[in-house]
Amino acid sequence: MTDNTMKTHLARVRGLGSAKEGSHHWWMQRLTAIALIPLTVWFAISIIGIVGADHAAVVNWFSSPVISIFMILFVSTMVYHSTLGVQVVIEDYIHKERWKFGLLIALKFLGITLGVVAVFSILKLAL
Amino acid sequence: MAEFSLPANSRVQTGVTYSAPKDSGSTRSFKVYRYDPDTEENPRIDTYEIDLDDCGPMVLDALIKIKNETDTTLTFRRSCREGICGSCAMNIDGTNTLACLKPIDEVSGDVKIYPLPHMEVIKDLVPDLSTAYAQLESIEPWLKTKTPPPPDTERRQSVEERAKLDGMWECVLCFSCSTSCPSYWWNGDRYLGPAILLQAYRWIADSRDEYTGERLDNLEDPFRLYRCHTIMNCTKTCPKGLNPAKAIAEIKKMMVVRQ
Repeated sequence: MTDNTMKTHLARVRGLGSAKEGSHHWWMQRLTAIALIPLTVWFAISIIGIVGADHAAVVNWFSSPVISIFMILFVSTMVYHSTLGVQVVIEDYIHKERWKFGLLIALKFLGITLGVVAVFSILKLAL
Repeated sequence: MAEFSLPANSRVQTGVTYSAPKDSGSTRSFKVYRYDPDTEENPRIDTYEIDLDDCGPMVLDALIKIKNETDTTLTFRRSCREGICGSCAMNIDGTNTLACLKPIDEVSGDVKIYPLPHMEVIKDLVPDLSTAYAQLESIEPWLKTKTPPPPDTERRQSVEERAKLDGMWECVLCFSCSTSCPSYWWNGDRYLGPAILLQAYRWIADSRDEYTGERLDNLEDPFRLYRCHTIMNCTKTCPKGLNPAKAIAEIKKMMVVRQ
């Protein structure tokens, strides 16, 4: 600790107290990881199945409710999971509070935007 | 940002070499990190050649021999020389361990000795553990109860309940684990680290303690607990063979169970 402070070590360690959160983030990261195992396998197999298909065939493929529902599940779970993951990376390595705060806000906006764009695109193809 | 290179005044330089006596049998070089806060000089690595035929078997024996016979300025912590006080924790041959429990013949080639990683160095092999001790204090490592103690007997605990504390009471607080953890390196001011979380779980798991919920409340924090990313260096390095990573995982499980 090199901060110019006369606080005791205990005062610095106790700081602002416990945030009383963190377990929800941890649990959601695990749940989305589990969900992504079958979803990613399904996604990979499906994409390999339509390699080389023309535009009309792909649009037709998306028009199946089962396919588009699975696509929305895959994309939204993946965006949620990666947002949670990148949040941890930022918290780990960015130690300037302003930068950290700004990047966490930008990350949330980016995650939500990506999710909405992806789901809208799938629905546009499907409906 | 996390710092990935050392500041200019922390770069380690080559120091002095102390040769072994001419009549030595099998000799071994000990390369030891030296830093003296009273000078303006950068840290350096001094080399001490030791006659192993005239030295005890452990790395601590060699350090004491150096201090007694070659260089009295070499500074390190030691007390019990049998792995129970936790004083002589340092980085030997790239791994954090207790010098008194590390046999010299387990190291091949030169024996490289550094202080515990990523802690501020007071002198030579002595790191500043003030924050780590304050972190221990912050988890209140003592029995806390509402119920007054029974007047004529101890607080009872079943054999099974007592067995839950095995693997935790043995911790000697040497901080080999915490200082081996990259998360503790980057965020050691807010992350409690494996040594302290093992101690925290030792009291959470104690059937006689009545403040389990408050203890979990105190840990429920993105930094205090959840900087643990199961890197497992803690368990790998523990010189007492304990498993801090498992204790942390148990705390995380309890956080979910109570939701």
